[in-house]
Amino acid sequence: MRSETAARKLTYAQAIQEALRQAMEADPGVVVIGEGVPDPKAIFGTTAGLREQFGAQRVFDMPLSENGMTGVCIGAALCGIRPVMVHQRIDFALLAMDQLVNNAAKWHYMFNGLKSVPLVVRLIVGRGWGQGPQHSQSLQALFAHIPGLKVIGPATAYDAKGMLIAAIEDNNPVLFIEHRWLHNINDVVPVDSYRTSLDKARIVHAGNIVTIAAFSYMVMEALHVAQAFAKHGIAVEVIDLRSASPLDTDTVLSSVKKTGLLIVADTARASGGITAELITRIVEQGFDHLRKPPTRIALPDHPAPTSHFLANGYYPDAVNIFEEICRIADIKLGADARAQILHDIRRINPHDVPNLAFTGPF
Amino acid sequence: MLRIRRVEEALAEKYAEQQMRCPMHLCIGQEAISVGVCATLTNQDVVFSNHRAHGHYLAKGGDLKRMIAELYGRSTGCCGGRGGSMHLVDLDVNFLGSTPIVGGTVPLAVGAAWAARLKGDDRLSVAFFGDGGVEEGVVHESMNFAALHRLPVLFVCENNNFSVYTPLKERQPNQPIYKMAEAHGLTSWHGDGNDVETVFNIARQATQAIHNQQGPQFIELSTYRWREHCGPNFDNELNYRTAEEITTGMAACPLAKSRKNILAAGTQSMDQLQQLENEIDREIAAAFEFALSSPIPTYTDAVGKVYAQ
Ligand SMILES: Cc1ncc(C[n+]2csc(CCOP(=O)(O)OP(=O)(O)O)c2C)c(N)n1
Ligand SMILES: [Mg+2]
Repeated sequence: MRSETAARKLTYAQAIQEALRQAMEADPGVVVIGEGVPDPKAIFGTTAGLREQFGAQRVFDMPLSENGMTGVCIGAALCGIRPVMVHQRIDFALLAMDQLVNNAAKWHYMFNGLKSVPLVVRLIVGRGWGQGPQHSQSLQALFAHIPGLKVIGPATAYDAKGMLIAAIEDNNPVLFIEHRWLHNINDVVPVDSYRTSLDKARIVHAGNIVTIAAFSYMVMEALHVAQAFAKHGIAVEVIDLRSASPLDTDTVLSSVKKTGLLIVADTARASGGITAELITRIVEQGFDHLRKPPTRIALPDHPAPTSHFLANGYYPDAVNIFEEICRIADIKLGADARAQILHDIRRINPHDVPNLAFTGPF
Repeated sequence: MLRIRRVEEALAEKYAEQQMRCPMHLCIGQEAISVGVCATLTNQDVVFSNHRAHGHYLAKGGDLKRMIAELYGRSTGCCGGRGGSMHLVDLDVNFLGSTPIVGGTVPLAVGAAWAARLKGDDRLSVAFFGDGGVEEGVVHESMNFAALHRLPVLFVCENNNFSVYTPLKERQPNQPIYKMAEAHGLTSWHGDGNDVETVFNIARQATQAIHNQQGPQFIELSTYRWREHCGPNFDNELNYRTAEEITTGMAACPLAKSRKNILAAGTQSMDQLQQLENEIDREIAAAFEFALSSPIPTYTDAVGKVYAQ
């Protein structure tokens, strides 16, 4: 019975739904609000059944008023409610920048710690299927730049559940970034409620050749590569950063002390991004341990185009990570080994969808 | 109207081939609004629109071939493939752009009207948006500024009673949208958005009022979206709207109504209408052929033009 429970698998989206449900069961002050929360699609299934279980008093749809409603949630949070807000695209949260940055992030500090804002905002990154310039951005760095906000991006269903519960219980505004290409990926998720810390990176694949620190969906791409290398006795260390702010420099630094080489992978633009911040810190604190300049795998300096033809090359993937590992770690593979790794990490779905089942339209 | 309808029906049919790989919001059922409003505009009047833009673009005279090519992500598309269905543009007809951030282009239409004022141009600008759009603060800020300076701008609210699957009554108190515009100091109008004559008559009076320096105007038009919010299919099985509601909504077909009127008035015969439809279908077939035989861009085409020279 116990092992059966321990091995239960959920998708990332189901793990979010379970986290919301358990957080709402545990605390009557938790409410869920967002455009489409109780609708038939239930935010990609993540809010399914919540209205039935907790009623319309705690599970809300909302007007298309992102900034105002964020302020409403902040006000409620100041008065004993723990709102969990969700935007189907992180891009829509840009309308709420004022409330998030000027109010949510500052309240505790500017009023000398008298009150805090226990608010969670779920933000879905909508890569793929021609979502284009205004529906597929990765904006973690924008938020991570603001002191007072916690910015997390779990990569696994296990962490999605544990970190969402921890975020809801946290007394600060937490931005919970969900890359939608993670939504359908399975992981072992314990049935009971649990908390995963919001400020710790995690080694998801141990190794000593090179350190890859990755954020959100890029953890999956890096893991593929590490697993493919492992078959050839080459041990790549993959660190799931899990949080963009605070950024867990220590975990990365101890890995770099071991490997001497660092690659940072992010779903967002390299310039001014969390890759830049992490590398700066490692250079500041661990320069002597680095054998070569750290490098980055992230987006180029232009917006996402819509056309799948144009986008074919915009997003770095496992192959880019593989090549970068070979280069930085000076790995000389035989032709057979190289071919096999490339075969193992090849993409079987079209480049603009997360899996073969995905056929649009949104 | 028939042209917009046939274009979108063709899009809906071909979408399943998975070659138009972008979100697509069809306006089938809502065509009368685009057509009735744009029929009162001149080429120099500017239009801004939202995610559901095909009708606005085509009614303003936007190039059909370049629209279809855009949906197929080709180099000959109106944005060279960078935009897809949710980002249309055709400067030749002053369709200055549609974008899918709700409410996002409404202040731009006000800005275009302000520019016309500053430059002394006699052109007006139009913002198309939905009933959901009026919930965005930026739309109210835009109305306030337009009213304050009596700018030559026409706000057109297409009220199809839904934002995605959420009905209006779960998002706004029970009061007419056009009253909000009145409270901002705009002259406001409302009517049946499924009757192209009504739309045209209202829009003509409103645009004339703008030309007569009577300040910004707001039109709320009720209508009905037949298909799913995003995508080519019907979505009756989701049960967020009742079968009766859908039947009633579709019975108010703007095309059926004007077809009946045209035949009754004898302005066109059945044969002539059929001929028109055949011509339209040929044009559409040619547009798809143009799109599918157009050059395919590559990633290098996506890199530049982040900044102007
Ligand atoms: C700022 C923002 N919030 C939410 C969305 C998601 N969204 C896209 S279309 C839409 C519905 C808009 O409803 P309405 O304005 O009535 O237009 P309709 O789709 O009915 O034509 C929503 C919520 C968005 N694109 N932008
Ligand atoms: Mg609507």
